Amino acid sequence: MTESDSPFAASLDELGVTVTSTDRAGVPAAIDEAVVEPAVGVSPGEEFAHGDFPLAEAGIDLDPTPAALEAATTGVSVAELGIGDYGSLALTSTGDGSELVSLFVERHVALLHEDDIAPDMDEAVETLEKTLARTRGSTIIATGPSATADMGALVKGAHGPETVHVIVVEGGE
Amino acid sequence: MATADELRELMRTEGAAVAENTQGFNEGRYRSVAELSDYEELKSEARAIKEDAIERLPELLDELTETVEENGGTVYLADDAADANDYIREVVADRDADRVVKSKSMTSEEIEVNDTLEADGVDVVETDLGEWVLQVADEAPSHIVAPAIHKSRESIAELFNEVFDPDEPLETAEELTRFAREKLGEKIVDAEVGLTGANFVTAESGTMALVTSEGNARKTVAATDTHVAVAGVEKVIPTVGDLHPFVELIGRSGTGQDITSYVSLLTPPVETPVVDFDDDETPLSEFDTDREFHLVLIDNGRMAMREDDQLRETLYCIRCSACANSCANFQSVGGHAFGGETYSGGIATGWEAGIEGLDVAAEFNDLCTGCSRCVNACPVEIDIPWINTVVRDRINREGDEPADWLVDGLTPDAEPDSPSLQKRFFGNFETVAKLGTATAPVSNWLASTGLSRKAMAWALDIDPRRELPSFERETFVDWARNRDSTVEDPQRRAVVYPDLYTNHVQVSRGKAAVKVLEALGVDVVVPAVASSGRAPLSQGMVATARTHAQRVTETLAPHVDDGRDVIVIEPSDHAMFQREYEKLLDEATFTDLAENSYEVFEYVYGLLENGAAVGQLPSGDDEALAYHSHCQQRTLGLEAHTVAVLEQCGYDVVTSDVECCGMAGSFGYKSDYYELSMDVGDRLREQLEANGVQDRRVVASGTSCLEQIDALLERHPSHPIELLAE
Repeated sequence: MTESDSPFAASLDELGVTVTSTDRAGVPAAIDEAVVEPAVGVSPGEEFAHGDFPLAEAGIDLDPTPAALEAATTGVSVAELGIGDYGSLALTSTGDGSELVSLFVERHVALLHEDDIAPDMDEAVETLEKTLARTRGSTIIATGPSATADMGALVKGAHGPETVHVIVVEGGE
Repeated sequence: MATADELRELMRTEGAAVAENTQGFNEGRYRSVAELSDYEELKSEARAIKEDAIERLPELLDELTETVEENGGTVYLADDAADANDYIREVVADRDADRVVKSKSMTSEEIEVNDTLEADGVDVVETDLGEWVLQVADEAPSHIVAPAIHKSRESIAELFNEVFDPDEPLETAEELTRFAREKLGEKIVDAEVGLTGANFVTAESGTMALVTSEGNARKTVAATDTHVAVAGVEKVIPTVGDLHPFVELIGRSGTGQDITSYVSLLTPPVETPVVDFDDDETPLSEFDTDREFHLVLIDNGRMAMREDDQLRETLYCIRCSACANSCANFQSVGGHAFGGETYSGGIATGWEAGIEGLDVAAEFNDLCTGCSRCVNACPVEIDIPWINTVVRDRINREGDEPADWLVDGLTPDAEPDSPSLQKRFFGNFETVAKLGTATAPVSNWLASTGLSRKAMAWALDIDPRRELPSFERETFVDWARNRDSTVEDPQRRAVVYPDLYTNHVQVSRGKAAVKVLEALGVDVVVPAVASSGRAPLSQGMVATARTHAQRVTETLAPHVDDGRDVIVIEPSDHAMFQREYEKLLDEATFTDLAENSYEVFEYVYGLLENGAAVGQLPSGDDEALAYHSHCQQRTLGLEAHTVAVLEQCGYDVVTSDVECCGMAGSFGYKSDYYELSMDVGDRLREQLEANGVQDRRVVASGTSCLEQIDALLERHPSHPIELLAE
């Protein structure tokens, strides 16, 4: 496992998001290190180019009940895109609840293939335009943890996660 | 219109929180947009997308309706608020819903849907933390993006502790946020209907963009089985690809964040499973994703705005709040004064005039001084001061205040029986100044006596605490007529424009300008020229301003044709030539003057760059100066030229960075606004009295800035051109 020094990693660092890089085989260990239990997750949908991460081997509940989701501290899901200059993640909503798993938790752990990191917002939006026109799906461009300044000072962790951890998966399929 | 008492009360109760927050957003904006190498291009791109979308709106609405229906949703085009509310209450009743959770939406506030639903016995819950605070407090938003900006942490804690009586009193922002998150979290998972706004809706795929930070909009949609999105018809743009410049600009322009935490691109009905959060047996994948979706698009005056050549630009607004945060007056009073029924800040005049009517816009329109600091801040390049001017003109024409004998003789304007007496007095200041000069020093003595000041306070609402300008017996033009040029072999030939104040009041700075220009080899003439029309324009007297513009160009055009450059000392008049005349004159006449006129230091800078010897000007000998540029001068990007020339001359210069001095022409003279003007000015005073600045000689470019600084400080300020002529 290595610390990445890419522009994407630098952007995440500025947002206070921890990022680790690993090859495919190291995914279960990276997840194990990133999650705070209890943890739930969802497998990526069919739309993902680099979807088949070895999530099942990480020992987390990949099809939780709503009650298990409510009780979970960590949610693990896959990001379709990373956006280099902003440190953003594109989180596509799937029919088995990736939106719930990345939102109704205190800690979101996102897996992302290094080939899916777009250098800038321009390119990312272009990619999302093509995907959304075809799938008519929904994607959240999520940048850092949820936040609010409405209570008189900036607070991380408003309605959404307070902590975000990104695992960048390197190398081929 | 807010009275002096109301403004004072707002400044006392809400001013500190509003000032701190808006200034924080504004500073963040400067920082954040500076990181974008293609900022100007992105703004132009964003502008072009909105221009095109509004132009093709009927066609895009048809396309969107077809797409949303294809996606499995319903589109309802509502004529007005009542129509929209009827539709929404029917959706909620059909779903048999007890609770509607809402994410932040200005459009839903515009139609006041909460009241409608609550009258039906529905529990309506605002989930944006700021909106929820206001719902609990039963107060109105004071800012379009940060609605509770006027409330301090302490006042929110006090409110929550009183209303909810928690076991442990809440105190910190973290505690308050956690408390609200838990309270609202329970309500969200039990709600049937989720109501959101939409920042943009794309016609091609039916995808809408929601720009948020808290995650409550995501939850509002994900946790309910019926999604209602409410948006003005102007939110439609062609494709998801068109979102790009907006995604990069909206957060930076508003609160100074590079991007907000969540930009949700939802193509409803969204696919997320509709779950029962108490279910501990059924896995997520076994819940179905059936969700109803209703897109309620609201006209409510917008289609008429689209046909209105002056208000149309308002529809390009993306509600980022840059015009509020960059506005010196807004920074002092916030949206409770500087706003209408729903919208607040500079662009609110356009929205409220188009949606509610001129009477609502008239309530706060005068708070825009036309300083133009919002112009460069607007991510879609809307000329917000112009919209305010046009609306002011329309309000004037609707007004029923009769012209009065006192000012009628002084007001040879093109707007009989329309603007108020006070507006006509300030709008026709050229005539006042001519009389003042003709009768100086008697006019000065008269103006300073208690009796005539009382008469002015009574008839014109001129605040008795203001010093009035003192007229010179010999005008700048008369002085110039009686002398010959000292330049024998001129490098360039120029006209120094005798603006109203330089001609009648600050004659010395005109003489200084001539001396400096001649020292640098410029042959100078000072013809008698009409005043620029800035004064009537600032009172919303557009027709009078147009007459001035025509008179000015008729006099100056032959000089320009003869190869003379036009030099302007007063920045607000230079801005007329560069910006507002475009709206008042035909294109060729405007361009001829705009391309050949220069702010005086811009011109001196150009002369020095092109080989004129700085040695011809007196040396500053490292003297320490504090320089306050002028709002409109800064908008034109001309602050740097003065600083550069002063530094070349050997001065050590620090600059202020407040958006406006608060005087803004006649604004600070008006009794209703005197205290606001001084409150705004106080921020400049603080900078000029800061450590390391407090002993510096003060120079400022604008007439009204000089008057304001004179009132704020012990030190007397001067125009920087006078330094170069010493």
